[in-house]
Amino acid sequence: MNRAWAVTRKEWAEVFKNRFVIFTVAFMPLLLTAIPLIILGATGSAEEMTGLSSADMPPSFAELCGEMSGEECAQYFIISQFLLLFMLIPLAIPVTIATYSVVGEKTTRTLEPVLATPITTGEFLAGKALAAVLPAIAATWAAFLVFVAGCVALGAGPQLLDRLTEPQWLAAIFAVGPLLSLAAANVALMVSSRANDPRVAEQISMLVILPLLGLFFAQIAGLAIINLNLILWMGAAVLAIDAGLIAFAVQLFQRESILTRWK
Amino acid sequence: MIKTEGLGKQFDEIRAVEGLTLEVQAGEVFGFLGPNGAGKTTTVRMLSGLIAPSQGKAWVAGCQIGVQDQLLRARVGVLTETPGLYDRLSAERNLHFFAQLYAVEHAQQQVERYLRMLGLWDRRAEPAGTFSKGMRQKLAIARAVLHEPQVLFLDEPTSGLDPEMARLVRDFISELKHEGRTIFLCTHNLPEADALCDRIAVFNVKLLAMDTPAALRRDLFGRTVVFHLASFQPQFLERVRAYPFVRQARQVDGKLLVTLDDPEAQNPALVQGLVEAGASIQFVGELRRSLEDVYLRLVHEGGNGGAA
Repeated sequence: MNRAWAVTRKEWAEVFKNRFVIFTVAFMPLLLTAIPLIILGATGSAEEMTGLSSADMPPSFAELCGEMSGEECAQYFIISQFLLLFMLIPLAIPVTIATYSVVGEKTTRTLEPVLATPITTGEFLAGKALAAVLPAIAATWAAFLVFVAGCVALGAGPQLLDRLTEPQWLAAIFAVGPLLSLAAANVALMVSSRANDPRVAEQISMLVILPLLGLFFAQIAGLAIINLNLILWMGAAVLAIDAGLIAFAVQLFQRESILTRWK
Repeated sequence: MIKTEGLGKQFDEIRAVEGLTLEVQAGEVFGFLGPNGAGKTTTVRMLSGLIAPSQGKAWVAGCQIGVQDQLLRARVGVLTETPGLYDRLSAERNLHFFAQLYAVEHAQQQVERYLRMLGLWDRRAEPAGTFSKGMRQKLAIARAVLHEPQVLFLDEPTSGLDPEMARLVRDFISELKHEGRTIFLCTHNLPEADALCDRIAVFNVKLLAMDTPAALRRDLFGRTVVFHLASFQPQFLERVRAYPFVRQARQVDGKLLVTLDDPEAQNPALVQGLVEAGASIQFVGELRRSLEDVYLRLVHEGGNGGAA
């Protein structure tokens, strides 16, 4: 595990000297925190929102509003669209970091000296994955905490604040988020191991966000409602996917092919 | 320290290494010479546990390759063909990272020791990306020896370096030799191999020859004695050719060149014969064949067995 941690620390020392990566890691959480807060601020003072009732919401969503006033329910409806977008953070950041990590070592010819050490494939990939996952989790959690603090600062009602800290949100941000990160990092590492061009690797790896975007649009269209059940099913599915991806990533990382087929 | 038995490697239709059998003793500097594409890097990769052989067996530093690769990688050091450094990291940080991967005890001391030995200590905080080619190569060498390996594989250690830097690297390899390390040296620099190596192997997919540089010269070319004469007469050549132990005799620029198997034993008779024939001998010396002559003859005669 020391070797894996050494790879993680080396990765951070390298990656965070790259301004583009820092920008990418910081920009998405900032954007996805700022947008719902701006919307919340705008709708909180909008005259159009007064007089709304939960009956104005999609019926399946209105059930979730319970005792909320119409304005609060409307705000909650808008904000809840961002729950899935928040979960883009733990998907996109690992892809940015991990995609380059193996193919980058190929292009700079540093991979062979590393593989010539006693490091195992598992340790190497674990180090690379941790380097991508930990910043993503930190950024997601920080963004969520800033978002909740922003809601308080903007005078969101107690019922709305209660909803933001209810199990489905906490499970999504603090449990499913890290699992999604791990999945994204593993997919990016697999692509990075097989690709010969960092740009191709990044484009392919970014496809990992498509299922989440699909769910996001299904929610907007009223085809799916994000509730605790869905989050828990999602968590269980991603956990199983993670286990498979980790095993597959180790299998796919063929030292010999990577060293001898890379020119 | 290194032993191979019929070691081979096939990449799809390409036979990269075939039937390599050799033995390198502990503390020996072993030169591995061959043209580009001969399979030298593939051999180093197999012997350092990076890739698996397709045929044969090998043992390095007490570990069987393909069976104990992780332990093997801990016991050997590899200088790869290109230095492969983390350009954004400082020289010191580069070495610390590898010290952690090799689980080096007293990492800081080791890093400092080798940075000082290779003259990089004052530049330790600078990113490796700002280093010259020679400095990068020195840093890569420091990385290869940081964990005090029993066996060192050096792939073209002085390639592309200026003469001063190449000399420094050669001196460092000599120091490692005096420390008793086993060094497997791949190089195209034949004078360097001649100066550093106890034995050499000339290789082109298959092993073409293996021995000490002196023995290879003797076996291929014999030993040539040069007689500087005050004036050359054709009868001197006839007189010399009459001796049964003379392998070859010829005249070049007024000098008499005679190829013998054992000059120490055979020269006195030749000198006596030439003096009796009226020759005035000014000077007697030995023509030293370069390792390049040996290499070129072996490679040209051996051909390339690379096609499957």
